[in-house]
Amino acid sequence: MAIKGRVWKFGDHVDTDAIIPARYLHTSDPAELAKHCMEDADPRFAGQVQHGDIIVGGRNFGCGSSREHAPIAIKAAGVSCVIAASFARIFFRNALNVGLPILESPEAARQIEPGDLVEVFLGEGLIRNVTRGEEYHAAPLPEFMQRIVDCGGIINYVRQRIQDRG
Amino acid sequence: MRKGWGALGMTITEKILAAHAERDRVEPGELITVKVDMVLGNDITAPVAIDQFRKTGARTVFDPNKIALVPDHFVPNKDIKSALQCAKVKEFAREQGIPHYFEVGRMGIEHCLLPEQGLVRPGDVIIGADSHTCTYGALGAFATGVGSTDMAAAMTLGEIWLKVPESMKFVYYGKPRRWVYGKDLILYTIGQIGVDGAAYKAMEFCGESIENLSMDSRFTMANMAVEAGAKNGIIAADEVTLEYVRERAKGKCRVFESDPDANYSAVYEYDVSKIEPQVALPHLPDNVRPISEVGEVRIDQAVIGSCTNGRMEDLRAAAEVLRGRRVHPEVRLLVFPGTQQIYLQAIREGLVEIFVEAGAAISTPTCGPCLGGHMGVLAEGEKAIATTNRNFVGRMGHPKSEVYLSNAAVAAASAVKGRIASPEEL
Ligand code: SF4
Repeated sequence: MAIKGRVWKFGDHVDTDAIIPARYLHTSDPAELAKHCMEDADPRFAGQVQHGDIIVGGRNFGCGSSREHAPIAIKAAGVSCVIAASFARIFFRNALNVGLPILESPEAARQIEPGDLVEVFLGEGLIRNVTRGEEYHAAPLPEFMQRIVDCGGIINYVRQRIQDRG
Repeated sequence: MRKGWGALGMTITEKILAAHAERDRVEPGELITVKVDMVLGNDITAPVAIDQFRKTGARTVFDPNKIALVPDHFVPNKDIKSALQCAKVKEFAREQGIPHYFEVGRMGIEHCLLPEQGLVRPGDVIIGADSHTCTYGALGAFATGVGSTDMAAAMTLGEIWLKVPESMKFVYYGKPRRWVYGKDLILYTIGQIGVDGAAYKAMEFCGESIENLSMDSRFTMANMAVEAGAKNGIIAADEVTLEYVRERAKGKCRVFESDPDANYSAVYEYDVSKIEPQVALPHLPDNVRPISEVGEVRIDQAVIGSCTNGRMEDLRAAAEVLRGRRVHPEVRLLVFPGTQQIYLQAIREGLVEIFVEAGAAISTPTCGPCLGGHMGVLAEGEKAIATTNRNFVGRMGHPKSEVYLSNAAVAAASAVKGRIASPEEL
């Protein structure tokens, strides 16, 4: 399945306080969280992001707190995919669990510029920069994690396990 | 036990994970499923986990005794939305018969509280929907932070999938200088390796300086492993640990230690005698300088507390600095004991009196100011020195405020001076 969108670019170490500041965590309503998505990194983001847009970050994207509200906010803001040079580990797990597509590609993170139009083929881990006519490759998910994604997230996986137990 | 040809020894992290996967050994990079001894959630993460738990179709949690629910971030409830979140957690605890639910007045900041209540022990695997769950590594346990959905899965199945981390070894030797604590060692270390310097790895702290470190300072060090991106921080249990645990924990402890021929992806050695008190400047915890190189930074607020430095050692250090002194007229000093027990102990030792006489405000245990939630939020342009663990943009309030991280003695001295200062200057 291909995703196509315009890029919002951020730097290294985008932390979860920047993605969704703690002052808004007295709710977990996705629509409420989306209104403040990326607020402390770029206050224009929540107002201007378009459905299908792509976030490109640098190293260690999503570091800091374990709040699942971070990938939830990004997803609810309409972002179709996050590409980064690397992800912090809790964010990585959370993104898989909430069904936010993420791709790790240092090359893409380096080459893509703000506003570029980018096409992503998740299954193949292929990232095509339409604006610049370039292609980048992302590391595929380990098989076990791909299975969780294929199940539709860890919750479906757990539900399956419970049913199996009878 | 004899090892097979070419087999290397294992690190403490690998041994704990292997034991919980019911295996003889595990290798870094392997994806394994481990049994968990404790699952933790708070008032921000548990409500989301409860919703996810409902979706699994399970009616009951795997073991109510192995779940801890600690509303601590926005308590005492700061507004109606927070109250609703806390009520949801409380209701869930009642419904599921979870005994380890902690109400205001009997609670503490989760990572100070769980060890104090004896709910985490050496050799355990602990999963918490809070990134600083890694704190319990100080007891020689494997403890790591996850999100709410992983918490829900663990509450349901009593297990979690993990990738076995590579281990990095940090060896500390030499005698610490005056006013140097665990906080300074960990800030120094993060300054050396960077905020993703230990990404996805285990940080194993050892060496003679660690052996001589108090339990409180050890908690501080393991607490901030996540600030270097680590999956877990760990310190092998020794006499100091067992003495701490003996008074508190029920059930058996399993003491593991790394084999001499265990494999590490990196080994660092630090001479502690060369380390001054450290300060992390805005806006990342790796932006670290020795106190003598910080320069003139005027502050509006000083915060002493949090899961990093809200324990007795910290309060005693702050009181030592503040005794007979006054907080600078332009500074607010907020003191947050980590738990009710710590609060009471501080009252008994006369520390609270010292704080109040110095002009500080004391709060019931809460995360409040640490995450800019309530009870001490910064205005635009304000600067704070805090004994907390994160100084990201907007962490303590307005996106144009600044947070500097230090130990409790430095925070107290800075509160007196009105600028970032070493206790030596008083
Ligand atoms: S004190 Fe701060 S870092 Fe610790 S659990 Fe609370 S909010 Fe998180």
